[in-house]
Amino acid sequence: MTTEQATILAVTGNEAVAEAMRQVNPDVVAAYPITPQTEIVQIYAQFVADGKVDTEFITAESEHSAMSAAIGSAAAGARTMTATSSQGFALMWELLFVAASYRLPIVMANVNRALSGPINIHCDHSDSMGGRDCGWIQLYGENHQEAYDNHVMAVRIAEHADVRLPVMTMIDGYVISGAIGPMESLTDAQVQEFVGPYRPIHPMLDSKHPVTVGPFDGLHGFYMEHKATQQQAMERASRVIDEIAAEYAELSGRRYGLIDAYRTEDAEVAIVVVGSTAGTTRMIVDKLRAKGVRAGCVRVRAFRPFPAAEYAEAIGHCKVVGVMDRSDSFGAQGGQVFLEVRSALYDCDPRPQVLPFIYGLGGRDIFPANIEQAFTVLRDAAKRKTKTTVERRYLNLREE
Amino acid sequence: MATTLPAPDTAPRPHLLRPDSTNCPGCAMSVGLQWLDEALGAATPTLVVPACCAAVTPGAFPASAYSVPTVATTFASAAAVATGIARVRELNGEADPTICWAGDGGTYDIGLATLSAAAERNEDVLYICYDNEIYGNTGGQRSSATPRGAKTSTTPRGKVEAKKDIMAIMAAHRLPYAATLSLAHRDDFLRKIRLALGMTGFRFLLMLSPCPAGWKSDPAESVELVRLAVACGLFPLYEVFDGERYRVNARPDGTPLDDYLRRQGRFRTVAPSMDELRAQVDREWARLDELARVFPATD
Repeated sequence: MTTEQATILAVTGNEAVAEAMRQVNPDVVAAYPITPQTEIVQIYAQFVADGKVDTEFITAESEHSAMSAAIGSAAAGARTMTATSSQGFALMWELLFVAASYRLPIVMANVNRALSGPINIHCDHSDSMGGRDCGWIQLYGENHQEAYDNHVMAVRIAEHADVRLPVMTMIDGYVISGAIGPMESLTDAQVQEFVGPYRPIHPMLDSKHPVTVGPFDGLHGFYMEHKATQQQAMERASRVIDEIAAEYAELSGRRYGLIDAYRTEDAEVAIVVVGSTAGTTRMIVDKLRAKGVRAGCVRVRAFRPFPAAEYAEAIGHCKVVGVMDRSDSFGAQGGQVFLEVRSALYDCDPRPQVLPFIYGLGGRDIFPANIEQAFTVLRDAAKRKTKTTVERRYLNLREE
Repeated sequence: MATTLPAPDTAPRPHLLRPDSTNCPGCAMSVGLQWLDEALGAATPTLVVPACCAAVTPGAFPASAYSVPTVATTFASAAAVATGIARVRELNGEADPTICWAGDGGTYDIGLATLSAAAERNEDVLYICYDNEIYGNTGGQRSSATPRGAKTSTTPRGKVEAKKDIMAIMAAHRLPYAATLSLAHRDDFLRKIRLALGMTGFRFLLMLSPCPAGWKSDPAESVELVRLAVACGLFPLYEVFDGERYRVNARPDGTPLDDYLRRQGRFRTVAPSMDELRAQVDREWARLDELARVFPATD
């Protein structure tokens, strides 16, 4: 399979990611199968077997080793990719921090799945949200098209001289990864031209200029300065993500922002949501708008770096904002996205009230009616003269 | 397309272990690195060092006593990181070796699954374990490489269990080459490293590496301790080809076990029963001799 002209295909989300990988044709892919990401690994193995890519394919024995091999490969100087989900993501944990701190531009697809226990293989965002502090750029896709687009753009973002950080692209397990949807692909030549050749910085295999990667850096050293430079790279990444999105839009006609705001300009109430649920949320927004309710929504696209100013700009004028988290931070005031959004809106004057909602854990269905319920809570709060209570509100939780 | 790199430099590279390493006096691992350098000749390896003393050896950023490209990685990941590097070498058509230099904790214990998988995939990696029979870097806790009877900071009354036979485990992978290295047998040591460097695929070398701080031994006696360990039969010197064909390089010469044990404080208060230990060593030798007789390595 080669793609010589832009084509609209019916694909699973996993196929969309695998196709982007094929067209990028990275030097090394190191991966381990895990539900629901498995299809990506299988499809890619077939590409390798059929000679459709030039990639060295490492069938690691665990995600810990898949990420370790990716680190070795990227440090050696090769364009490197991997993919995972859930427990695999968790097993990679220590290496995720290593990859980011070594400034290795690895690109990883994470197909979002709940974490054990109890064992559950269905979608929520606990895996990657739990990894939000590991120093990787996080891009959350909504649908099949974005699964593909984000993965192609991720290569440029990760390798950009002002960034040099690993990037993970997320899609919702099953809802996107296993379901079939439309995807318009670029041609192989377009993708190759867009990503360009990879020019590693200080590759380990340049033995004339030996470097030590990740040396000991203790109490009186530069550890803290290293961490500050990681943060500086993250700050630069916001601009780079947007510039690359603009360049990609010229190629594809599809323009992605750091956030995806919908009918928020004059909104009184708005919902912030991540991933595939955004489509259903927009449908409810339209339904409420038809009834005269000034509703809007924002879909989170870049969660790391978190573009706080864009949230303040888009929904800072709302009376009440609801944040729907598909993962929880037990003991905190709400889910991970809630904590970020409320913090982003804190300096707005007047300040919107921000309410936490939890939904969809372990693949629990989210119905249009559940999103309407959330909007009802927001509208009731907007009518009150005093602030409403800020406890978590669960959507579609079984009643006792 | 693989990364294009500059043409190799033909000038001699600096010594692998430059001055100002942080190793303790008498650390056998330092000698091992010196000899590894000698065996390498002009080749410039990439070193992969998991969490262990050797990760601290080169000193702290921005200095490094290692003169060759080195990646310091997490405890359980060395063989997998080396896999990534070795695959890129393959893509680039480069011949220089990728070498894991790892302690026993990262080899026998936390890194064993990673090591096993890299061996099973027969990655083009030379894995050298410097075995000081403890978690030396964290203050001398037991590992599964610690011999029975040895006192460590987590076995204050002496370790109950026997040392794990890592060579048998590695041989079971039918890997191209596995051998034990003795710092008291220099020619044999250099020959084995050179032989391993000349091969492709996964190669495993086990070096007994006395640790004066952990073994409570005289720093001046580290090499002597290795000589005694080989002479009394506790540390057999042998090679395994393709995991199947065996060659014994040195046989015990009747040196009493106690000559080795009594020089180390770790055995002083809770020394193992000499009769039991002698019987165990004899059984191990009977097994090894039988393997070498039935499945001999021929040149």
